[in-house]
Amino acid sequence: MTASTADAVPLHNRLTIEKPWQRWLIRLGVFVAMVILCVPGLWVALTAFRPNVEVLARPTVWIPQQPTLDNFLKIFGLLPKQQEGLPVLLYFTNSLVISITSTVIAILIGMMGGYAFARYRFRGKATLFLGFMLSRSVPGVALSLPLFILWSRVGLIDTPLGLIIVYLAINIPFTIWLTDGFFRQIPVDLGEAAQIDGCTRWQAFWKVEFPLARSGLASAAIFAFLTSWNEYALASQLTRTTASKTLPVGLMDFTAQFTVDWTGMCAMAVLIIIPALVLTFIVQKHLIAGLTFGGVKG
Amino acid sequence: MAEVRLENVTKRYGGTEVVHGIDLEIAHNEFVVLVGPSGCGKSTTLRMVAGLEEISGGTIRIGDRVVNALPPRSRNISMVFQSYALYPHMTVRENLGFGLKIARQSEAEITKRVDEAAEILGLHDYMDRLPQHLSGGQRQRVAMGRAIVRNPDVFLFDEPLSNLDAKLRGQMRVEIKKLHHRVATTVIYVTHDQVEAMTLADRIVIMRDGYIEQVGTPSEVFDQPANIFVAGFIGSPPMNLLDAEVTSEGGAPVARLADGLTIPLPADLAVSATTGRQVVVGFRPESLAPQGHALHSAAQSIAISRTVVIAEPLGTETILFTDLAGREVQGRMLNPRPVKPGEVMDFMLDLTRLHVFDKATGRSLRA
Repeated sequence: MTASTADAVPLHNRLTIEKPWQRWLIRLGVFVAMVILCVPGLWVALTAFRPNVEVLARPTVWIPQQPTLDNFLKIFGLLPKQQEGLPVLLYFTNSLVISITSTVIAILIGMMGGYAFARYRFRGKATLFLGFMLSRSVPGVALSLPLFILWSRVGLIDTPLGLIIVYLAINIPFTIWLTDGFFRQIPVDLGEAAQIDGCTRWQAFWKVEFPLARSGLASAAIFAFLTSWNEYALASQLTRTTASKTLPVGLMDFTAQFTVDWTGMCAMAVLIIIPALVLTFIVQKHLIAGLTFGGVKG
Repeated sequence: MAEVRLENVTKRYGGTEVVHGIDLEIAHNEFVVLVGPSGCGKSTTLRMVAGLEEISGGTIRIGDRVVNALPPRSRNISMVFQSYALYPHMTVRENLGFGLKIARQSEAEITKRVDEAAEILGLHDYMDRLPQHLSGGQRQRVAMGRAIVRNPDVFLFDEPLSNLDAKLRGQMRVEIKKLHHRVATTVIYVTHDQVEAMTLADRIVIMRDGYIEQVGTPSEVFDQPANIFVAGFIGSPPMNLLDAEVTSEGGAPVARLADGLTIPLPADLAVSATTGRQVVVGFRPESLAPQGHALHSAAQSIAISRTVVIAEPLGTETILFTDLAGREVQGRMLNPRPVKPGEVMDFMLDLTRLHVFDKATGRSLRA
């Protein structure tokens, strides 16, 4: 009886929380979830600004009592009595080159692939798509040994190109899957109308379908960039020196046989997070989908 | 001059043929409507003319050019889509001017032609809005505006009114007709709505299962349907169709219905309608009217007394449902008076407007 009454109520009414205690319960739930998600990140950020003694202090010191920038200066070898820092700038350059290159190529190829899957009929389409998706189901680490052997034979170990190729293999199937979905949402009529209006197939794509898929491409680009930027497992196997080491691999420079430089590691982690955050904020407005709404039907 | 000519045009998807070698000639400035039920091949035919579908066989000419292998942009056509297909990221002005911009017209020329189109369609107040901020009727007008600014040889309409409500559909139908008078251009218009077809067309092409069933002016397809399908498809309410056998009564040919009622057949059918032939007799609701309420004063008619099952008053007329030879038939009562179900009325069947079809082939037996 209760169920049938609930079914009869319109959806939007059922979703409206009427009682204040229910609203507070939900807020509490959200707060707990956010604490679980955010505290580790916050701890990393706070640790980056505290002296080493505070890290190991008992009881735990939450807010840095003597905030300092020494940890950052130390990384770059700028402390007064320090001899040299870490090759952070080289790691940064490697990360940037590898991430941007693999993202740009993945987006270009993935976009074309996604468009083809969304718009064309061809033999073996479903199987091929399934094959791409299955490639995502293999954990990256499982590939590290075969990749290591293969890359060492072809001379790609410890090169940016080696990592770029690996990241392309990871990112392209995902980009195809994501952009396929976005292109499917764009009515076929729009591209056809553009062709009738005088466009070539290519112009119809660039002038009509591409601008409408921009939000999808932006999210695909962010995913691809962050995957490459943050990836550790494969990069730690396939890089050796500053010639190709990326920032996440560089974090391991803070560990010695018996000690870990937690504050330095956290300061570097903050440096790794900042570009990713900035990029996400810049592209954020493109992530708001719904641009295609209103062009078709009433 | 842009006449459109389809010669033996075929469309196949894999092994399935969906349009079977159709021939059609459309004159310069003619308004032709392709009409038929879903899946009859009308939209496919239109898309082949547009160049959005490749043709599997035959020839399509626009003007004196064979366009078989030309891409849509080289055919100098415009198309209004069922979904309107307005570019969502462009304002109304940009939507209207898009084709001209692609054709690299000067800014001044684009502004002039866009303003002209906006004037014709009354779009001036919405020029800077995005399509999502327009009503259905306004979007429809923008879609038509986008089609006319380019001054095409041929306008193609693919069920443009299907997404509008009944009232707006009526208004837009009139606007399309006015537009055709104002911007004289060849028009090919696809619809499944026979009322749209009848009201808009210079000529109607009725299609079924990838074949053309009949081509003719609205009055031709209405008054002289070539077969049972056309007879049943055109006209609202539809034509009454009853199985019968041709016999002779006093030397004159008659159609004997299942219940034994005989209907004298028109003289011009006598030759082909030989005795014993199985036929289908058709008459429109307006040919079966209660005495004194008929549309035409018939030179020749028979009286049939029948019980009214249901009466549908529509204001200026009432549709009367009754039974004849075990089938439900509809009659039309002009200048109506209130009719109650169960009332027995004397109907007059107008014999001069009788249609007779061969039952086996479905073809009309009128000479």
